Amino acid sequence: MSTVNPAEHVSAHPAEILAPAAWGGLSFQERMATAEFRIHHQAHIVVDGSVCEGCSTRECIVACPANLFVPTSDGGLVFNHEQCFECGTCYLVCNKEGAISWNYPEGGHGVVFRRT
Amino acid sequence: MSASTTDVDVIVVGGGPAGACAALVAARAGLSVVLLERGPFPGSKNMYGGVVYPRILDQLIPEWWLEAPVQRWVTRRSTMLLTDTQALTVDFRSEAWGKPPHNGATAYRPDFDHWLAGHAEAAGAQIITSTTVTGLIRDAQGAVIGVRTDRPDGDLTARVVIACDGVNSFLAKEAGLYEHTDAKHFTLGVKETLALPKEVIDERFGVRGRDGVDIEIIGATGGVNGGGFIYTNLETIAVGVVLKITKLGAQQQRPEQIIAALKQHPAIAPLVQDGELKEYSAHLIPEAGLKMMPKMTTAGMLVAGDAAALCLAAGIWLEGVNFAMASGMYAGETAVEAIAGGDTTATGLADYQRRLSDTFVLKDHRKLRRAPELVLSDRVQHLYPTMVANVVERMFRVDNPNPKPGVRRILAQERKRAGVRRRDLLRDGWTGFRSFG
Repeated sequence: MSTVNPAEHVSAHPAEILAPAAWGGLSFQERMATAEFRIHHQAHIVVDGSVCEGCSTRECIVACPANLFVPTSDGGLVFNHEQCFECGTCYLVCNKEGAISWNYPEGGHGVVFRRT
Repeated sequence: MSASTTDVDVIVVGGGPAGACAALVAARAGLSVVLLERGPFPGSKNMYGGVVYPRILDQLIPEWWLEAPVQRWVTRRSTMLLTDTQALTVDFRSEAWGKPPHNGATAYRPDFDHWLAGHAEAAGAQIITSTTVTGLIRDAQGAVIGVRTDRPDGDLTARVVIACDGVNSFLAKEAGLYEHTDAKHFTLGVKETLALPKEVIDERFGVRGRDGVDIEIIGATGGVNGGGFIYTNLETIAVGVVLKITKLGAQQQRPEQIIAALKQHPAIAPLVQDGELKEYSAHLIPEAGLKMMPKMTTAGMLVAGDAAALCLAAGIWLEGVNFAMASGMYAGETAVEAIAGGDTTATGLADYQRRLSDTFVLKDHRKLRRAPELVLSDRVQHLYPTMVANVVERMFRVDNPNPKPGVRRILAQERKRAGVRRRDLLRDGWTGFRSFG
């Protein structure tokens, strides 16, 4: 009889999904390449990395589905707007006032989801 | 504002299902309507789990099923409960849903929304794409009289603005209709669209022709509260998860990793294997229902669809497009009447709230107001799936030479083993009964 302790159940996934096999042989870049982005040279989201230096949680790094927030060695954050789904998760989970200034891209730009 | 002093009668912001229906209704009534869409075509920014329930369209587009760009008609609905090694499925099929007037359908939103907006255009609404609305124009008293766009000389005025600008609705926020925005009220939907030959999909999911399957999954999202889903399209399947955004950081789990884990589950892997990733996509969902809803009207403006947080995320019921279409329709009707009556103040537009209250839009939300929190609670997410799966496993396990234990004894033992307190179980059961009963 297999019994799963709730606490174990919660912690069971991370180790398992960190294994390369769990990624189905697809790199994150290949994953993102399946979505179409009409890139505008001007960033619609601007991140003030200096504000992020004082942030201990940095939930944006994990929560962004496009993995656009990258921590830097000096404790800051860099952000790339080019493959953004425009979902809004980052500014909602951010708890540092002024760190993320969030707008939609200029009309006609940004993500374009596929038709049949 | 009088007609002669505004550019148009109605501006609709956003070409999703709410905006398309609002524009359709207003244009059919003979008003001049402009629909502004920031994407290159209506639907291009839109993504969802995968099922639309278009019954409300009976009123706007008779026999819509003959023309709507549907992938498959949902004739099979499964609700699945997963632990790491177990799966319990409640499976329902109805042949009736495969035939007119149908029930739910899978569809690609860029197809569906584009089609629906086409009806608004055919009714006379002017659709302007690739145009982002950047803010509201208000008069000295604060009444909304138009919008600013990112086009050169892009200001546009109207007697009524209908904000259908989606889950982040910066227009509703700018108008002060949201008291506050709380990250706890949002979930993130991430989805993989996987290509498989039609015959393979038909065989794996036990359907034929245009019949399709909708599988909702609980216990599939690791430590992050949420749910999973699989839907069949014609030659693709959609597999994904809906995740409480405030839990991702706490659990240090990335969205696509949670999909990857779901796809590896022994009950799911055979359904999705060899599917080639055609598109990875993500979108935010206003999850908290009544708890997060804004004021629906202010002078000169109405809010509809996701912008008004009208998504219904109540466990076994996951609906949004129908709420968007209906609220857009009622917003359009309200604008028509208010303009005809010459009163587009908050008082003149107040009938919108009544229309929402008297129909399924707010009736369903009121009835299910406790459901979203219950479904995403730690007990429902992390304790009950284990408890229920273990009860069922012991019921069906033949443990000879031991005799079968009584169900009551198994229940009591597994409740304790899962760490569920009796009074919590009773309380959740009562909440569930009051919501769903």
